[in-house]
Amino acid sequence: MDNLSVEHLIGIKDLTENDIQLIFKTADSFKEIINRPIKKVPSLRDITIANLFFENSTRTRLSFELAQKRLSADVINFSASSSSVKKGETLIDTVNNILSMKVDMVVMRHPNPGAAHFLSTKVKAKIINAGDGTHEHPTQALLDAYSIRERLGDVAGKKVVIVGDILHSRVALSNIYCLQKLGAEVMVCGPTTLIPKYIQDLGVKVEHNLRKALDWCDVANMLRIQLERQDIKYFPSLREYSMQYGLNKEILESLDKEIVVMHPGPINRGVEITSDVADSKQSIILDQVENGVAVRMAATYLLASKIER
Amino acid sequence: MEKQVILNEKQFELTLNRLCYQLIENHNQFEDTVLIGLQPRGVNVLNRLKIRLEQILGKPVVCGALDITFYRDDFRRRERPIIPSATNIDFIVENKRVVLIDDVLYTGRTIRSGIDAMMAYGRPASVELLALVDRRFKRQLPIQADYVGKTIDTLATERVNVEWKEVEGEDKVVLFTQERESNG
Repeated sequence: MDNLSVEHLIGIKDLTENDIQLIFKTADSFKEIINRPIKKVPSLRDITIANLFFENSTRTRLSFELAQKRLSADVINFSASSSSVKKGETLIDTVNNILSMKVDMVVMRHPNPGAAHFLSTKVKAKIINAGDGTHEHPTQALLDAYSIRERLGDVAGKKVVIVGDILHSRVALSNIYCLQKLGAEVMVCGPTTLIPKYIQDLGVKVEHNLRKALDWCDVANMLRIQLERQDIKYFPSLREYSMQYGLNKEILESLDKEIVVMHPGPINRGVEITSDVADSKQSIILDQVENGVAVRMAATYLLASKIER
Repeated sequence: MEKQVILNEKQFELTLNRLCYQLIENHNQFEDTVLIGLQPRGVNVLNRLKIRLEQILGKPVVCGALDITFYRDDFRRRERPIIPSATNIDFIVENKRVVLIDDVLYTGRTIRSGIDAMMAYGRPASVELLALVDRRFKRQLPIQADYVGKTIDTLATERVNVEWKEVEGEDKVVLFTQERESNG
């Protein structure tokens, strides 16, 4: 059977469709395992993984840590707020210090785009990118596509609209690559100020009217408005954004079909999505979280099989 | 490769039949007994035994399929990762008498992984092993089968294949031997 074509998981852009299908197939087995009475397998018991988070995260960090522990790996955690980074240490120095403690794999989130790629050229460990600035967030895209596959049977031929802050979103970029590689059609929807200028070059449709976008799609992925990355005002007010681009019960019920609603979290309830939609049967937001563990176990397992001693 | 049939279709059926009666001798009505086939090829043995056992006993027998990929001891020692098969066990083995089932018992490493994997479903009262073919030499772990279809003596360079009507078109066990180089 096949192996992954890459040595690190930096971005979906580097993966082939086969890689993605291999990760999904492996994740199917892990999903069964995490629903067993004993949710743990001994595969990675001689592997040590460092989780380096130079940027805040709850869901992704917990999901990775749980995935690693369910594979029996040894795990060390590191977050920038409580480290020597504050004292002026460089990224390479920080990581090399950690690697000299015999770490085999690094999961890293960093505010700078390209940080994971940079690291992969400088250190010996396997790197998994857990989000690098506004660039990519590969495991999120994989779990999103996996959740669509689970709900709708397949990703190929499906129409997916990504709504919101496309400009600052690494989730959007990774999702576009992933869905297109699997044969889905992708549209982005949001105010002009939050849609990057040359996004059409990626082969996606652009729509500024939410209603029209929803009429077209099978799946709507609602992104969070990332106020922390917006140093200037991109729209007049959150209230106005919510009125134009927020997903609510009325608009969902006025569609002539039932669409699947996704959100990568954390949700700003009442901004991009209302509470009744987020908690409705059409929403697969919590399935996404569960699948996140299985997909991260699969990616970790497959990369770990390439570690040489 | 030279080919030698060790069990033909008739012997194959007789062997499976005998294994069923041996199981019944020890497990009576199968009240607390569960049968677990190891993926992928042990499940073929299990499916055949299940049909025959249910005919003889006239009641259903609890069965499951277990994948052992993530419990193997050769992870990262192989060229490519092994792609797992499905595990399908909808019961807990707590206090059950478990019979693990595989097609060929050789080094014993698969069975070791199987015992480990099975323990994720609870603490069984006892565990037994059934193998259709026992290659009794070259065992690498202290593991023996309780029920054996056919014991054969083989060299490490030889290969044993169990073939199935459902998969390969005919029930039989075949031994492949590498042709010897003549020394002149």
